[in-house]
Amino acid sequence: MTNEQFTVYQEYTLTIFSENSIGLLNRITINFTKRKLNIESLTVSESAIKGVFKFTIVVVCNRHTVENMVKQLEKQIDVIRAFYLTQDEILHQEIAMYKIETNALLETNEIEGIIRMYNARILEMTKEYTVIEKTGHKAETQELFEKLRPYGVLQFTRSGRVAITRLKQELLSSYLEKLEKEHREAV
Amino acid sequence: MEKLNQQKIRVTGSEALLLSLIAEEVTTIFGYPGGAIMPVYDKLYDFKDRLKHILTRHEQGAVHAAQGYARVSGRTGVCFATSGPGATNLITGIVDAYMDSTPIVCVTGQVGSHLIGSDAFQETDVVGISMPVTKWNYQVTKAEEIPEAMAKAFYIAKSGRPGPVLVDITKDAMLQEMDFAYEPCTYIRSYVPMPHIKEEQLNRAAEMIYEAKKPFALIGQGVILGGAENELLAFLEKSGIPAAFTLLGLSALPNDHPQHMGMLGMHGHAAPNIMTNECDLLIGIGMRFDDRVTGKVSKYATQAKILHFELEKAEINKIIKVDAYVNGNVKETLPAVTAKLVKKSFEGWINEFKIIRKDEEKRVIHPELYPEGNKISMGEVMRVINEAVKGEAVLVTDVGQHQMMASRYFNFKNTRSWITSGGLGTIGFGLPAAMGAQFGAPDKTVIMVAGDGGFQMTLQELGTIAYNRLPVKMIVLNNNFLGMVRQWQELFFEERYSSTPISSPNYPILASAYGIAGETVKDRTDLKAAIARMLETDGPYLLEVKVINKGNVFPMIPQGAAVNEVLYGDEKSSK
Repeated sequence: MTNEQFTVYQEYTLTIFSENSIGLLNRITINFTKRKLNIESLTVSESAIKGVFKFTIVVVCNRHTVENMVKQLEKQIDVIRAFYLTQDEILHQEIAMYKIETNALLETNEIEGIIRMYNARILEMTKEYTVIEKTGHKAETQELFEKLRPYGVLQFTRSGRVAITRLKQELLSSYLEKLEKEHREAV
Repeated sequence: MEKLNQQKIRVTGSEALLLSLIAEEVTTIFGYPGGAIMPVYDKLYDFKDRLKHILTRHEQGAVHAAQGYARVSGRTGVCFATSGPGATNLITGIVDAYMDSTPIVCVTGQVGSHLIGSDAFQETDVVGISMPVTKWNYQVTKAEEIPEAMAKAFYIAKSGRPGPVLVDITKDAMLQEMDFAYEPCTYIRSYVPMPHIKEEQLNRAAEMIYEAKKPFALIGQGVILGGAENELLAFLEKSGIPAAFTLLGLSALPNDHPQHMGMLGMHGHAAPNIMTNECDLLIGIGMRFDDRVTGKVSKYATQAKILHFELEKAEINKIIKVDAYVNGNVKETLPAVTAKLVKKSFEGWINEFKIIRKDEEKRVIHPELYPEGNKISMGEVMRVINEAVKGEAVLVTDVGQHQMMASRYFNFKNTRSWITSGGLGTIGFGLPAAMGAQFGAPDKTVIMVAGDGGFQMTLQELGTIAYNRLPVKMIVLNNNFLGMVRQWQELFFEERYSSTPISSPNYPILASAYGIAGETVKDRTDLKAAIARMLETDGPYLLEVKVINKGNVFPMIPQGAAVNEVLYGDEKSSK
């Protein structure tokens, strides 16, 4: 196998479509644990297809690993299909929330400026605290965190990655139709 | 499959479980009762005429027996265990079955559903523990889930690439009543056991085979699992291609076939290992390029094009990057490709194998089978067994030197006549697996060969064998060492024999304590007659053969060496 497959490490976004069954998250993550592959981010939600769930997992690894990983994941009975995508094949976002003291916001204009500059928005404001929300890439939400830090960030949280392909349809839709058709023909 | 009861009947969960097994045509269950699975065992009492339960002496014995049963018969093995320690004792066998693609269904009892998560007595998260090592597993907490869960379990275990499944049933689900009707499972949307075969893959394969001057086929267990022995034979005879076998692929083709070039792997035959790096087309058929077969991957068949016939997509390009593949059951893909081939023969090419074989005969095989000196060698025992049974026996082994000797020297004639722990290398596998094999093939002679180490690991199953009067012929090759580890210590750890000398009980006395006939052989002159006595005995027999203490298995490809870097054991010591 070419050396590149092993030596070039990069970020991959895995999209895994599955049935909604108990323990499947464990079955999926075990495959990463078994290969000592760290999960950078993970999100699960129902996909555009009813009853089909979509796992979005971000890993940093080489191509040989990610290709094999996808096949190992598809081997799981309840996994319908799995794909790996590189940065240029997807649009992705993460959401971050920051809690700061409302006093800090009122004492200076600077925070307001930062919020405007970063296209963030205020979700809630009480006498004690203010919650700011920002959607974007990890680097952007991180940058905002760094900017707010000097004013005291009481709490901070960031979601896993949500990603959508640049393809017109869900990767899975035609596949499911094909499966159903093949099954009908077989029966 | 028997379509039971279109009309629903009112039964308990336990009864639903047993009726499901009957619907799946199960006749034999290996198991061990305990608290959480008691309702099932209670109901089993009423099913004695329809389901035979074999009480083993340890749950590990039950699962290995289920494996042996499945491997010999091609049917799905079934075992029962209770919650907690009962369930955890199954794990080794489950992993073994996972590595070697053996279809088994394990049913475990679980504490009542109201107790789950409370660290109740004998509660263990067996679904969690077995998740990485089962093809599928499921916890049942309501009786009404049982038929569907069992139907799925049997479908998944046996279809596609087979494997172990586990169904964990809570005690309250066993006791609840439900309306029972059984519908076998034939389809799961997210699971494609048999991929559609692609014509372009078949064409590409046929083209590559047509162009090859020195093609070489590597045959794995996929051929046996797919029931494709005849299809393999037809493929080989039309193509004229020489073939070698992985450890688990043995018995897919009789050893005396002129295109049978021997076994691959660390202790395989020299010719197939060396020729892997000489051929121009390497064809893997139902095998997975295990590291014991490939040796150093970066030096593996780099000169050759590689073509892979494989059902499991995840095995394609996993270890060895292939030039082309045919994804599908070899039972269908082989004949499809065979039809596209022209009849050929490769006499000159096969002769190149034979030259290396001759060298190995002289340097390794003959001295092993006909040793000088008074002590009996392991290979010699295999030779005498061959002379007595002429391939008409099922051979079951444990793991270690004797296993390699058996795989190298037993003359395989019939498919499914070889049961051994390959991928996991489970010492202690032999005796319980042989027991299961005898249940799975009651009319065949089942011979177990084990070392003195492995035999002592699960010898409690002598109790099961004695109670059931199973005519298993047990041979312990006793060299007073954990031989394979000792061999590595000799070769790679400066002869520092750390914890490898091992003592044994008096085996004939041990056997007689169980009411089993037995004897010990030390002298060559007694060996043939002792094996004859063993085979003639109507019932179990334990034959201990004292063999050369420091016998080694050669040839050998040391770990990390390339496949053509074969050691014969007669090289001048480099030490």
